[in-house]
Amino acid sequence: MSWEINRDRCLRCGGCVAVCPTQALELTENGVIVDEEKCIECGNCEKVCPVGAITVGDDE
Amino acid sequence: MKDVVVVGAGPAGCSVAKELAEEGYDVVVYEKRQEIGAPKRCGEGLSSSAVDNLGLDIPEYCRMQSMDGALVYSPNGDSVRIHSDETVGWILERKTFDKWMAERAAKAGAKVRAKAKVVDLLPENRGVVVEIEGERKKVESRMVIAAGGVESLIAKKTEVKDQSDLEVVDSGYQYEMVNLDLKDENKLELYFGDEVAPRGYVWVFPKGENKANVGIGIAGDLDETAKHYLDRFIENNERFSKASIVEVNSGMIPVGGLLENMVADNFMAVGDAANQVNPIHGGGIREGIKAGQIASEVASRALEKDDTTKEELEIYNHMWWEERGKSLRKVEKLREVLEDLDDEDLNYLAKKLDGQDLMDFTQGKRLSKLGKLLLKRPKMIKSARKLL
Repeated sequence: MSWEINRDRCLRCGGCVAVCPTQALELTENGVIVDEEKCIECGNCEKVCPVGAITVGDDE
Repeated sequence: MKDVVVVGAGPAGCSVAKELAEEGYDVVVYEKRQEIGAPKRCGEGLSSSAVDNLGLDIPEYCRMQSMDGALVYSPNGDSVRIHSDETVGWILERKTFDKWMAERAAKAGAKVRAKAKVVDLLPENRGVVVEIEGERKKVESRMVIAAGGVESLIAKKTEVKDQSDLEVVDSGYQYEMVNLDLKDENKLELYFGDEVAPRGYVWVFPKGENKANVGIGIAGDLDETAKHYLDRFIENNERFSKASIVEVNSGMIPVGGLLENMVADNFMAVGDAANQVNPIHGGGIREGIKAGQIASEVASRALEKDDTTKEELEIYNHMWWEERGKSLRKVEKLREVLEDLDDEDLNYLAKKLDGQDLMDFTQGKRLSKLGKLLLKRPKMIKSARKLL
């Protein structure tokens, strides 16, 4: 499981939450958090993030 | 027990809450953010025809600048100038507009609460679990209306929405800038082209006194980010060199994926939570408020009959599709066709179309004119047929 967020870049818009197919993401007071049990590493959140704050998988 | 819990105090949620409260129902609206309307995720434009149609009497302090048209730029820099002698729209201040909407709901008798996060639905959608200042409590109600925006988890907890399709979301990014050199302070500027904004556009929405929302919406499945494209656009434009950034916004815009069904037992979804957005320009204020009005009519009747089953609430599906869905579906088709166009096609169309054409197209009207023009481009024949 590899899901990382750069909290300095994140604007807390919740866009990633909107496209998560397994509802693994949640927008909290402290930014987006992931439920590792639910995440299937599809990469949707990484792709749509307007500011490139999310990295999924091991490719980087 | 409450009559209705509304989840989300944006324009859609406040619209439905106001109408139902006016009918005498006991309504509570929960908003997860600490400030209603902020930070905005919006270019803040609203057309005059929408204002009239919705019957809104928007106070002066929420309207930053009147618009009398637009300057639409094709990839080669040619432009189509849309001009009207009358005001055709407004750039709002969402921060004050959303609060005004909430105030109207509250004055009508609804209870609005900011910084109150709905975390779950109660069984059979008969209420919610809400978290306020770290404390979770159950709030029972006869029905729940989801108006929590594009990321609404509440809508996803029901059968209504299961969206993860990147084809129908755009990724949005925006700066509010000051000290700008605007081309015309009463016109929207729109920039199209694969270089500038793949499957989308860059907008400059003037807010008066050389201020503007400078933003971009692009396809949600690209390799580069929306921020990357917008920063490049700004860097390549000399007239932004003296401008300053006073606010940074981002968000996801549903641009399709209209839902056939937006209800469940004791449950309805309105606004961005139900993908009710104009698929061509991404505007959601009008759609949200309109859907709120339609939903309130249906909910009110259902509550009165004490029958809030899915079957009864389905009237909302029919009414919304009749009034908004059908024309938005046409607009969605237009969006699909535009995606097939390359920069040369766009340059060609810019020469052939005038402002009125563009205004009509965004409302799903007279699309056959576009279809006929595209028939003259051999590789566009297939796409053209979609519009004829």
